[in-house]
Amino acid sequence: MMSDFPEGQELEQFIKRRRQKGLIWRSLFLLATTLGVLVLMVLLLTILNKTLGYVAVRYRMEPDELVVALYRTIMLDASQTQTLANPADLTRGLAADPDGVGIMARADFEATGQGLRVVPITDLSLQGVVVVVSEANTWLTDLTSLELMRLFTIATTWSELRPEWPQRPIHRWLPPASSPALHAFIAQVYGEDPRTQPTEALVAMLAMHLSPGAMRQIMAEKPLSARTHEDFYQLLVDRVMEPTILETWSFSESILNRKAIQARVAAMPDARLEFRRWITWDFITSPQSSRPEFAGVRTAILGSLWVVFITLLFAIPVGIGAAIYLEEYGSGGWLDQLIESNINNLAGVPSIIYGMLGLAVFVRALEPLTSGSLFGLVDPATSNGRTVLSAGLTLGLLILPLIIINAREAIRAVPQAFREASLGLGATQWQTIWSHVLPNALPGILTGSILAISRAFGETAPLVVVGASTAIFLDPHGPFSKFTVLPIQIYQWTSRPQAAFQNLAAAAIIVLLALLLVMNGLAVYLRHKYRRTY
Amino acid sequence: MMNTSSPYVIETQDLNVFYGDFHAVKNVQLRIEKHKITALIGPSGCGKSTVLRCFNRMNDFIPTARIQGRVLFHGKNIYDPDVDPVQVRRRIGMVFQKPNPFPKSIYDNVAWGAKINGFRGDLDQLVEESLRRAALWDEVKDKLDANGYSLSGGQQQRLCIARALAVKPEVILMDEPTSALDPIASLRIEELMVQLAEEYTIIVVTHNMQQAARVSDYTAFFTVDEHRTGYLEEFGPTPEIFTTPKSRITEDYITGRFG
Amino acid sequence: MTRERSAPEIHESLRKRPRWGETVIHGLLLVFAGLSIVTTLGIVLVLFSQALHFFARPEVSLARFLTESQWQPQIGHFGILVLINATLLTSLIAMVVALPTGLAIAIYLSEYASHRTRSILKPILEVLAGIPTVVYGYFALTFMTPLLQRLLGRDVVEVFNVASAGMVIGILILPLITSMAEDALSAVPYALREAAYGLGATRLETALKVVTPAAMSGLIAAFVVAISRAIGETMIVAIAAGAGPRNFKSWREALHHLALFNPFKGAETMTGHIVRISGGDISYESIDYDSLFAIGLTLFLITLLLNILSRRIVRRYREVY
Ligand SMILES: Nc1ncnc2c1ncn2[C@@H]1O[C@H](COP(=O)(O)OP(=O)(O)OP(=O)(O)O)[C@@H](O)[C@H]1O
Ligand SMILES: [Mg+2]
Repeated sequence: MMSDFPEGQELEQFIKRRRQKGLIWRSLFLLATTLGVLVLMVLLLTILNKTLGYVAVRYRMEPDELVVALYRTIMLDASQTQTLANPADLTRGLAADPDGVGIMARADFEATGQGLRVVPITDLSLQGVVVVVSEANTWLTDLTSLELMRLFTIATTWSELRPEWPQRPIHRWLPPASSPALHAFIAQVYGEDPRTQPTEALVAMLAMHLSPGAMRQIMAEKPLSARTHEDFYQLLVDRVMEPTILETWSFSESILNRKAIQARVAAMPDARLEFRRWITWDFITSPQSSRPEFAGVRTAILGSLWVVFITLLFAIPVGIGAAIYLEEYGSGGWLDQLIESNINNLAGVPSIIYGMLGLAVFVRALEPLTSGSLFGLVDPATSNGRTVLSAGLTLGLLILPLIIINAREAIRAVPQAFREASLGLGATQWQTIWSHVLPNALPGILTGSILAISRAFGETAPLVVVGASTAIFLDPHGPFSKFTVLPIQIYQWTSRPQAAFQNLAAAAIIVLLALLLVMNGLAVYLRHKYRRTY
Repeated sequence: MMNTSSPYVIETQDLNVFYGDFHAVKNVQLRIEKHKITALIGPSGCGKSTVLRCFNRMNDFIPTARIQGRVLFHGKNIYDPDVDPVQVRRRIGMVFQKPNPFPKSIYDNVAWGAKINGFRGDLDQLVEESLRRAALWDEVKDKLDANGYSLSGGQQQRLCIARALAVKPEVILMDEPTSALDPIASLRIEELMVQLAEEYTIIVVTHNMQQAARVSDYTAFFTVDEHRTGYLEEFGPTPEIFTTPKSRITEDYITGRFG
Repeated sequence: MTRERSAPEIHESLRKRPRWGETVIHGLLLVFAGLSIVTTLGIVLVLFSQALHFFARPEVSLARFLTESQWQPQIGHFGILVLINATLLTSLIAMVVALPTGLAIAIYLSEYASHRTRSILKPILEVLAGIPTVVYGYFALTFMTPLLQRLLGRDVVEVFNVASAGMVIGILILPLITSMAEDALSAVPYALREAAYGLGATRLETALKVVTPAAMSGLIAAFVVAISRAIGETMIVAIAAGAGPRNFKSWREALHHLALFNPFKGAETMTGHIVRISGGDISYESIDYDSLFAIGLTLFLITLLLNILSRRIVRRYREVY
């Protein structure tokens, strides 16, 4: 029998071709899948990459200069202090003064320091600068850094430092205020970061650089005693240092082009290169600000929480109620069918359409209600219906179909036998639902609701239409407040031309994603914990 | 070289099958004679389907399944690494318990397998010939474009047989081909099997004792041991198995006295 | 002690009584369920009435709405087609990205991947689906656009352009297409695959010639839902596609060098325009306000049509296996 199918040699070829084709396509499918995973990674990396990196900052007052200026003033104002511009003069004077102590550049000491000796500091190694005394001084053989700090500021007699030392006044010999040696001394002994200074030092710095009027105003806002260290530091940044971010670089650029960036910033007048983490506790707790250096997401997070709270209050009971009706009471009549197909249609309506509905109905038509004027609760900052309440209700309508669809599935999964058992004992329908159907469906309903809520949490477009505010500086505090939400904050920052806002947007995205992750984690946990056992 | 003169088309040597840790079938020694119908019978879960699916490597698709031993097709172990399972399945076709036509036209159902296997003859003729052999031609010749699912259950099963015939296999494996059918449709399939045995070697799994007795030339009786592992209890010409079984267990099963 | 009850007493005890609590609850739940219809009615009513407002203005006419090549309501141009064109461009690009990729991933997941691989990949897709769209917008602007600019040159690719927005929308709808397509493919009974393998088909032949055709209605429905989602997508286009409609003095100018369809230039879509215009404190009396609803109505009708279509397809061509 002659076969019409390939045989022998030909068959080999034929099979080989089919195998090759299979392999090629399989690789393509795999490639597409890898691509999908890759995209997710690139997406996350792109965003993370922007949350760290170099920035070029210009300060009105540089932070280290702030510290140095304070201690320079204190040191120069201390009793028995004299400054000599010429190191040779200082050497001569100090060598003849056994009660004296001085500060010199190490190079100057090595060049001119006859008759002087260096005092070793036990817990600090000073670079480029030395503490010197006359060779005639017999007691000063070593100093701790704490003693050193007091030696040039508040101490007046030697015995104040150590009781066994003479009870004679300290004579201080310093290089002039503008000398690098004094700068180096202060930076090493007292530090250069204002943040690490004691609160009193911060207050002193404020007082040094602000006018008495400005200080009075600050005290009027909130008494100094009620303020924390962090408050004072923030005031210093806002009012005295006043940083301006000139340019920012992403993490990868910072690593790869470090030399070029350093050269570039060196060429910028008055600019400093700093490595900045954009997600900080400050960022999360600071209110909105038009200056990227100070902007934070607290206002937006609170806005999001308020809006989602209203959404939840409205959509969860209504959604679950509707689901119960459709699953337990619905008879499949024309009305039920209409409702059912209608819900499916609503789930496919673009979210921005809900925004327009919210704008026309909640913001405009129901303004007396949503602005709170009906209850005499108008927020002084608001005069229209663009409030948390309008936004929450709009999102509520948006996620209602999702909640209904999910809840129906959960209710449907409860075995019919439970209902029959309950009804068979003479329970009414509602008793059956309340004590048998709902408890068993609850984990499923909860999981679906959390997912719907997290959808609401990330929604942007409808809230832009409903009228989230572009700039609000007061935290929302009720349903009738003006508001902004986290995604809108991200949208606005993304649309700004200055580079720093892109970094802020990236940081805010990470915050948003983290919050969503928590919610979804909760949903997964609930699903796992209450996994059905029947 | 294939030893085509041997009367045995398929031969298993110490065949063992595992699903993960579960030892499903142990030490099966079977010889399937050419152009004969061999029936595999036994209680549910004794591994009949498992053994049958070993004959054309359908177990490849069950990730946990593992095979030990050899299955010789004309003397060649089909589990050798140099064997292409796709070709094994072309030579050893299969008809399943539930009719499973493709959701395509009747014509395409029959022609599809031939097309992917590089058939270059007259397709129309092949379709007609296959449908005739499956005793379905007269019923569908006027509606070859109709969807395969528009047929009755029995017709669908014969369509699946026609589909298997169209790729010109040597052996046809049937796993309870009539269990989803009514008695009349079952009878037609049985007649068909007997006709087909003139040209093909047929191995059929069945739960129906009468069917095994009516159609098969050889019968293999499987059962399970205390670990629920299946094994071949008895194998021989059908008349012997049904009239003078050597094993007590076989006799109990055949006479319906089984557990 | 319980006393034997008389027949009339038993009859009396069986008599139907009103249960007010049950009735109230039933009614309340019906109201909740009915709220969805009120929502739909609300949407239709709001969009139609405000759009009517728009068309009732003396300077506006339906003919100009459908034929003009510019959208600038303040100066009397109302050509919705330029907005629709941008929407279709972004959606088309999105589908070109997402359709083959999504289908390929779905086939890989349902036909090739091991159980373990699937259990790793599906959550990744879910994560991708759960990321808010504004994040994708950021991604389009800060990654996709610079990438395109580097590949094709800054003079070709504008900062705001349709291509990067469209591609990122494609990434956005990828999980949607994939999961719906995978559902459709997995719903094909295993018996069909066995039948194909039993005839000597390879995995590829089984996947492409048996499983995929068998799942066709589900696949098409997935694509239609995805298109509808792409058309309604807002934040990505608002951030990355353009900050103004791509207007032309005349259609002739629009078609010159096919400028209308250039994917590397900016163009505002229907949704992008709505977001930008309504972002400020818009006056309820302005023509801008009314025009928003005319656009919204158009958008609503298009997506509604697509949604109905997808369900028709599923119902009409529901597979018989
Ligand atoms: N995919 C699988 N994974 C794990 N175990 C399996 C699998 N398929 C079958 N088994 C087990 O292997 C044993 C044999 O199964 P098989 O389907 O071969 O039995 P059978 O004899 O065909 O039964 P039936 O007459 O009911 O069809 C059974 O214990 C079954 O539970
Ligand atoms: Mg079986």
